[in-house]
Amino acid sequence: MTTAALSSVPLSKAALFEAQAVKTSARRNRLLSLPALLIIGIFGVLPLIIICVYSFLVAAPYGGVQWQFSTDAYLNFLFQRDIFDDTLQFTPDFLIIYLRSFLFAVVTTVICLLLGFPTAYFMATRPPAQRNWWVLLITIPFWSNLLVRTLAIMFIIRDEGLINNALIGLGVIDKPITMLYTNFAIQLGLLYAFLPFMVLPLYSSLEKLDFRLVEAAYDLYATRRQVLWRVIIPLSKPGIIAGCLLVFIPALGAYVTPLILGGGVHLMIGDLIAQQFGSGRNWPLGCAQALILMAAVLVALFFYVRNTSGKVQHG
Amino acid sequence: MGIAFENQVAAPQLPSRPAYGDNQTGTHLPERAGSLNGVIVPEQPGKNAIEVRGVRKVFGTGENQVAALDTVSVSIRENEFFTLLGPSGCGKTTLLRLIAGFDFPTAGEILLHGQDIAPLPPFKRPVNTVFQSYALFPHMTVAQNIGFGLEMLGKPKAEIEARVAQMLKLVKMEALKARRTSEISGGQQQRVALARALAPQPKVLLLDEPLSALDYKLRKEMQIELKRLQHETGITFIFVTHDQEEALTMSDRIAVMSAGKILQVGTPRDIYDRPAERFVADFIGETNFLPGTVVSKQAGVATVIFANNATISAGYPEGFDPTGEVTLVVRPEHADLVPDPAKGTITGTLSNIVYFGTDTHYHVKLDGGGENFIVRHQNSRSSPVTYATGAKVGIQFEEDAARVLKD
Repeated sequence: MTTAALSSVPLSKAALFEAQAVKTSARRNRLLSLPALLIIGIFGVLPLIIICVYSFLVAAPYGGVQWQFSTDAYLNFLFQRDIFDDTLQFTPDFLIIYLRSFLFAVVTTVICLLLGFPTAYFMATRPPAQRNWWVLLITIPFWSNLLVRTLAIMFIIRDEGLINNALIGLGVIDKPITMLYTNFAIQLGLLYAFLPFMVLPLYSSLEKLDFRLVEAAYDLYATRRQVLWRVIIPLSKPGIIAGCLLVFIPALGAYVTPLILGGGVHLMIGDLIAQQFGSGRNWPLGCAQALILMAAVLVALFFYVRNTSGKVQHG
Repeated sequence: MGIAFENQVAAPQLPSRPAYGDNQTGTHLPERAGSLNGVIVPEQPGKNAIEVRGVRKVFGTGENQVAALDTVSVSIRENEFFTLLGPSGCGKTTLLRLIAGFDFPTAGEILLHGQDIAPLPPFKRPVNTVFQSYALFPHMTVAQNIGFGLEMLGKPKAEIEARVAQMLKLVKMEALKARRTSEISGGQQQRVALARALAPQPKVLLLDEPLSALDYKLRKEMQIELKRLQHETGITFIFVTHDQEEALTMSDRIAVMSAGKILQVGTPRDIYDRPAERFVADFIGETNFLPGTVVSKQAGVATVIFANNATISAGYPEGFDPTGEVTLVVRPEHADLVPDPAKGTITGTLSNIVYFGTDTHYHVKLDGGGENFIVRHQNSRSSPVTYATGAKVGIQFEEDAARVLKD
């Protein structure tokens, strides 16, 4: 009734035409976004649903799943079922790996930021014609596969590697320093792999920085340090946020680097999850671990973005 | 007023002058009241806020060297509204940046109240700048922008707040103090930039074409506003502009610059009525140029004969010795049209009449050829004669209308 009454209100021709135009353009926009939605649906949402479903099933003995509902995967994340009396006992093994990974990712992010900021600042303050060459130099590592580059690091830091041979040759040390398969090796590999992801967003925001503001701050009695903290850093916050996210999230889930440089001894989340699908033959547990990681990242992101963007707004 | 900065500038041990300035110091300095590039710079009594002595600034190296400032000397007095006027690329902004400390002179000294500040970084100079782009901090509010300088000086919070409130009142921006700088209009941004630069009570305020981004009406308002602020604060203003009208209406004194040199320093009246060089006359206001030949001269007045054998007496600047073929300059308002060509000193045909509201410009094609001669008439209710294009007319000159100038 009401709809009929409403639609019977006479609209002017122009208004009708406009309404029609809005409708068609909205339809066209939806059509244009279809390919992207399709890709996200097939390669993003669908796998996520599968992971979610699998995480609530029972592991089959030789890999795969049995179609039987169970929350064991999530329980197993924190507890171990006693074989004899079937009670649950708290085992922090997985949690420790998660925390270790978290620590690795945080340290990687912080060091990348400390190294990347001066680098990006240097690049952004070059003459415009030179800047693209510096960007090119930063992206050179991307031209070869991460696996190959990680193996190269391995050859540099192993006991008979470049560094140890050089130090022994120079007589600085007489026994090789063990670097490979240590936390140090993983950390080094992570830094190497993710530094460009910090430098590039920082550069793009520093490049847009109006350096007249820096002059204005100098003019208003700000020392170099104060100019950095009060003008340059607040104004390059979008780059800092983007860089930190681009480093932290992939570093948290890093797989190749800890696998090769940690020698499988010092696990990170990525390796742990991969294990469940390989030798562990516990797909539901792997799915649960992946989902827990995702939830943790989402929560961390939520707080991080809320805090930092809040500061940008309130100066 | 100035006490706040004593610690900043009057530090007992100033850094020694950098080596690059040593070799040339003094060699190009004019004597106390000597000539500068041939132009007499009168040494005035009263204290100087800024003294620029033989400053050279060269950009680039080797083949690409460009002298943005070519041995410039000028004194700017306390409480003065001093304008650096010139076309773009004349070095006026370079000179301002040297005084602010963003660049350092290749040679020469810059004295602030008698103390060489040339080697000091900007944050150690009691000099603040209003930038052409305003350069307001986009991540701060209006009040935070204004308080920034005081905060950097480490002033107590209460003092900053009081001063910011005072400045907001001075520039009439109290209502918008909590706004972001992106949320206010261009004219308001201009006021904030002024307040921010004035808040730390600098000894000298530098203004780099601060009005160029404003529309005509707002610019007029701000010109008056700037004069008022300068009067109320008693701070020396050094104002850079390429707008001659702005320079004439606002300044106590003007330095006209071209190609890295100061051509003339004087009051607006001096500059307009007694330009020292052809460039100055051409740049400031409208000017007619007439070719002639000097026949005699006496006590600063030359007698010049035109192609039609008419003669005129014309003054010339001190230190200039006009001989032979010269160019005379005549302001359009210092000449008059007469309907009878026989009564004019020179004659021609009216080629164009341009109505400007307040006055009318008559373009006369001279019988001797050359550029059009422009005569300006103030419009009144009862203009005695009306002219039509194509009419033959004569041009008469007021007494002292013509001057002989260096080319």
